[in-house]
Amino acid sequence: MAQRILINPVSRIEGHAKVSIFVDDHGKVQSTQLHIAEFRGFEKICVGRPFHEMPGLMSRVCGICPVSHIVASAKACDELLSVAPPLAAVLQRRLINDAQLLQSHALSFFHLSSPDLLLGFDAPPESRNVFGVLEKHPDLARRGIRLRQFGQTVIERITGKRIHPNWGAPGGVLSKVSEEMRDELLAWIPEARETCKAAMDLWKGIADRFTAEAEHMGKFDSLFLATVDDDGVVDYYNGKLRIVDAQGAIVADGLDPKEYYEYIGEACETYSFMKFPYYKPLGYPAGMYRVGPLARLNVATSMGTPWADAELAEFKQRGTVNESFAYHPARLVEMIGAAERIERILEDPELLTETTRSRAFLNRQEGVGASEAPRGTLFHHYRVDSNGLMEHANLLIATANNNLAMQRAVQQTAEQYVLPQKLEEGMLNRVEAVIRCYDPCLSCSTHALGQMPLILQLHSLTGEIIDEVRRM
Amino acid sequence: MKVKTLEIDGKLVTGGPEETIFQAAWNNGIRIPRLCHIGGLSDIGACRLCLVEVEGQNRLLASCLTPVEEGMKVRTNTESLRRYRKLLIELLFAERNHVCAVCVANGACELQDLAMSLGVTHIRVPSQLPHLPVDISHDRFGVDHNRCVLCSRCLRVCDEVEGAHTWDIAGRGRKSMMVCDLGEPWGVSQSCTGCGKCVQVCPTGALFLKGKTVGEMRKDRSFLNFIVTAREKHIWIR
Repeated sequence: MAQRILINPVSRIEGHAKVSIFVDDHGKVQSTQLHIAEFRGFEKICVGRPFHEMPGLMSRVCGICPVSHIVASAKACDELLSVAPPLAAVLQRRLINDAQLLQSHALSFFHLSSPDLLLGFDAPPESRNVFGVLEKHPDLARRGIRLRQFGQTVIERITGKRIHPNWGAPGGVLSKVSEEMRDELLAWIPEARETCKAAMDLWKGIADRFTAEAEHMGKFDSLFLATVDDDGVVDYYNGKLRIVDAQGAIVADGLDPKEYYEYIGEACETYSFMKFPYYKPLGYPAGMYRVGPLARLNVATSMGTPWADAELAEFKQRGTVNESFAYHPARLVEMIGAAERIERILEDPELLTETTRSRAFLNRQEGVGASEAPRGTLFHHYRVDSNGLMEHANLLIATANNNLAMQRAVQQTAEQYVLPQKLEEGMLNRVEAVIRCYDPCLSCSTHALGQMPLILQLHSLTGEIIDEVRRM
Repeated sequence: MKVKTLEIDGKLVTGGPEETIFQAAWNNGIRIPRLCHIGGLSDIGACRLCLVEVEGQNRLLASCLTPVEEGMKVRTNTESLRRYRKLLIELLFAERNHVCAVCVANGACELQDLAMSLGVTHIRVPSQLPHLPVDISHDRFGVDHNRCVLCSRCLRVCDEVEGAHTWDIAGRGRKSMMVCDLGEPWGVSQSCTGCGKCVQVCPTGALFLKGKTVGEMRKDRSFLNFIVTAREKHIWIR
């Protein structure tokens, strides 16, 4: 008898999701669906508001990555003003974007994913969380928390607030960087570097344990999309889009992110509130692509800094990496790159310049801002009336870009690990873990820490519960 | 000039014959909350936050409109007054869309300050969530009716100080709205001189300088002191 297994909610991710696993008469996994179960309506909320408010309003999309939204939003607003922000403002935006990347990746790796990696996928759920890691590996867990604190502190010192700062503005930023701030943050760099190294060493030590998972949890061919500069160096703030295929061949290059709608389509499915972006020339759903740490490493020819470049070479020694599991080490390489860039920007004397905002009236009625957020390429697209009131907003969120890929990864993992005849907790944790590889930010709200209630039920088609596993 | 002696919150104070309870209290360091009152403009008793108890009166009186009297006994901060004021603030929040987190005046708003000082943590009445427009047709200023508390400070400063009377109130009751001239967009107002005084006296983010982003709007009211001092004392100093 055909059955449906429901994982609800998926835990240790940002936001609310559930997974349906459909099982055929022979007890084999037939298909899966990842449902994003929340609706925000943010694009509608913005309509009728002055565009100058957008950086502050858009930052409220997310409590983890408000900075990413501020940056993309402020860039879209720069377009509306048709101005180039002063160099100091650009440096601040780049710096804060990197700090955001560092703290978000630290959160993903140390708080959310390390319990699986260090304690094992089959470890008891009551200890398979950051507190379990604190108990078994106190030094590492503490360092991870400190690393995130460093990223958060950079954001706080420079913007005045850790979360949702009133900092981004059309044409620049509102804050200025003082020498004291800079020196305080620079003093923290050596420790941040050490933690990045410790995390990388740790990964290299345990990576071999997960060859089976890497092989069966979301390894498939797809396109990869990220922004790079003219030399192919990954550019988190102002790059052009490059798309490569599963073998690393360039499919498209030098695409202007401002015209994203020319080559990215957004499909809808009835089972999820998250849209399904796809690469238009290949159609839907064949135009599946991935963004984020793995995509950026696959797309870029260089990370732009020496240590990260060395790690990039090692990461790609066998060519393009297609395992979803490789999002974890990719995140570590990016953390190293972020730490290096933060140091470089802090040492740039231009950062301390007083002028941080370019002023102008509204000069254009449509603007697109794009940046690389921790989870991938982020687009903000605004249209305003002749006075500057918002008429339309389209947000293409980093996580949504990965929607098709996550669906695929969930299906592959379920096919490999879920035995419907006898449900076990470790099976569903692997399904959740492959979603965690993508570190999705679903509500773009606060992270769920530790265990969340999870019920897995096996239903017959008549609705009868055949089997049930509970984790409360 | 005959000075009057009265008791406010158990403290003996004096007030001039033209003074209100509100003025006498503030002159003596007793801070009665207010929203529609601003020094230098006439008082209209619109916000009701300055209500006080006066012994021998069977109703609450707006201190900004009640002249001091000899032997008056006034209480400004009783438990029931605090309760009324808290409810008034909640009603103001419920009436329109005051979303502090994304307001241009976040961190420098009198309504927000009052809510904080009165301990407003929740709005116990249902929000009206009205659909109200934002007008940024003016080159330099904007009005967001979602943040307006109808204190009419803008109306009074425009009428009494600038002499333009661009602003007025249209409609009645909950349909009341500030309007420019006869309800035109601000940008085409014939009477507006573009002086910006209304923006500076507005207690919330309802009137703002165009181009200000969230939390960036700060009001500067020093001009009002200057003008009032000049008007009343004929001294032109900043």
